[in-house]
Amino acid sequence: MNRRTLITTGLAATAGVAGLATAERIAKHYGLLPPNASGPFALGETLTYASQRLLTRHSMAREFSRGQISPRPFPNEIAPPSDAFKSHQAAGFADWQLSVTGLVDRPVNLSIAQLKSYPAHSQITQLACEEGWSYIAEWTGISLSQILDAAGIQPHARYIVYYSIEPGWWESVDMADALHPQTFLTYGLNGDDLPVASGGPLRLRVPRQLGYKSVKFINRLVVTDSLKGFGKGLGSASPEAGYSWYAGI
Amino acid sequence: MADSTSIPASATAIQDTAPPRHSALVRLTHWITTLCFFALLVTGMEIVVSHPRFYWGETGNSLTTPLFRIPIPSSRSTVPSGYNYVLPDQNGWSRSLHFQSAWILVLTGLLYVTSGLLSGHLRRDLVPSKPQRSWQAITTTLRDHLRFKRPTETDTYNVLQRLTYLAVVFVLFPMAIWTGLAMSPAFVSAFPSTVILLGGQQSARTLHFILSLTLTLFVAGHVVMVALAGFKARLLSMLTGTPATKEQP
Repeated sequence: MNRRTLITTGLAATAGVAGLATAERIAKHYGLLPPNASGPFALGETLTYASQRLLTRHSMAREFSRGQISPRPFPNEIAPPSDAFKSHQAAGFADWQLSVTGLVDRPVNLSIAQLKSYPAHSQITQLACEEGWSYIAEWTGISLSQILDAAGIQPHARYIVYYSIEPGWWESVDMADALHPQTFLTYGLNGDDLPVASGGPLRLRVPRQLGYKSVKFINRLVVTDSLKGFGKGLGSASPEAGYSWYAGI
Repeated sequence: MADSTSIPASATAIQDTAPPRHSALVRLTHWITTLCFFALLVTGMEIVVSHPRFYWGETGNSLTTPLFRIPIPSSRSTVPSGYNYVLPDQNGWSRSLHFQSAWILVLTGLLYVTSGLLSGHLRRDLVPSKPQRSWQAITTTLRDHLRFKRPTETDTYNVLQRLTYLAVVFVLFPMAIWTGLAMSPAFVSAFPSTVILLGGQQSARTLHFILSLTLTLFVAGHVVMVALAGFKARLLSMLTGTPATKEQP
């Protein structure tokens, strides 16, 4: 390697590092850095999240005709239900409560009946699993944004963290997905109550992301400006298990 | 041969002055692409293991009839694979590495195509030259290949090589990227026609699989051809740029 190549390589490497550092600052400033932007896949995770956020902030998930609904929704496997879930199930979910806390003016607790008292909405969307399979179903519920409006979400809120009643099962989405009109608190499937196998009594549907972001058996929402204090601070249980936080692809 | 000792010296002299067989940028992008391709291939196979069934249309899952299936065990117990054991789940890092490699490959590909257009590499080395642009030239080259006739040593690519490389760069890779993106629920929310044109999300997945098989066949063929043409010399010329044809006495 002669002196010229050495100098050129050195300059290129310096420019590259400086460029990456600047890109990181810009991404952070515009909220384009995912909470799991660390480790060996930080580059890919950030490029995917940032570019998809820029392209899809307001885009609508594809909706299908009634004729395209899959004859049988594939419910996927769930771990054996906890005792807490089983006692709710035995009571017909009459005492199921969804709590909304964190950066809200009016923390609320809502029963399934109270959720159903809001005007119901339906969407015929596809649920696609990261494994590769998919199905189309009609999901009934209310937009998450309606509940967030009712609770009075504070302006510096940046993420919604949502929990299943089953321990260790939690996810989060940014405000672009939280306030998106198709992000649904779902209690109905194909005209019936949402079956337990599909996440009943309450499931958060995030149709612009893969199935694992649509957590089953939701009973707690926390509005926050930072994901640092939740779990290992990577955004949700998925990155802790080696999966991506953002699942738009 | 009295002057046999002087041949290596003169060969070295040519090596230093002759233009490289492959430019530095072609060499660099070639090896980055190689690395990314193998990362994509291995992680892609790993992802397929979680659902080794392929469908046509919008939807498909373990409750529907596949177009075809690969007779291997799965990493999910819900897949009727015919085997009574389940492989370990490696999808987390596989997916992250898959997308990170895809990003690096796409950016590398853009660099290669842009510089190839500007430098004239594509026009000079890949677009068939004037005398090659006839059916007769193509059939002659094809016939020579099928008869395993050793080609005369030359610095330029024959017409079959040129057409194959063009197809890989401008058809197979772009199609693999397109079908990959068409599986992304967020990407298709912004660009729904990208999946509708392919016949649905599951069709996109099946096509993505077939394209990756085709690209793998190309790589296998490419390596065989390199081996037949002189593995060490060709490999060296793609590593260091030395004109392989002039190097050996």
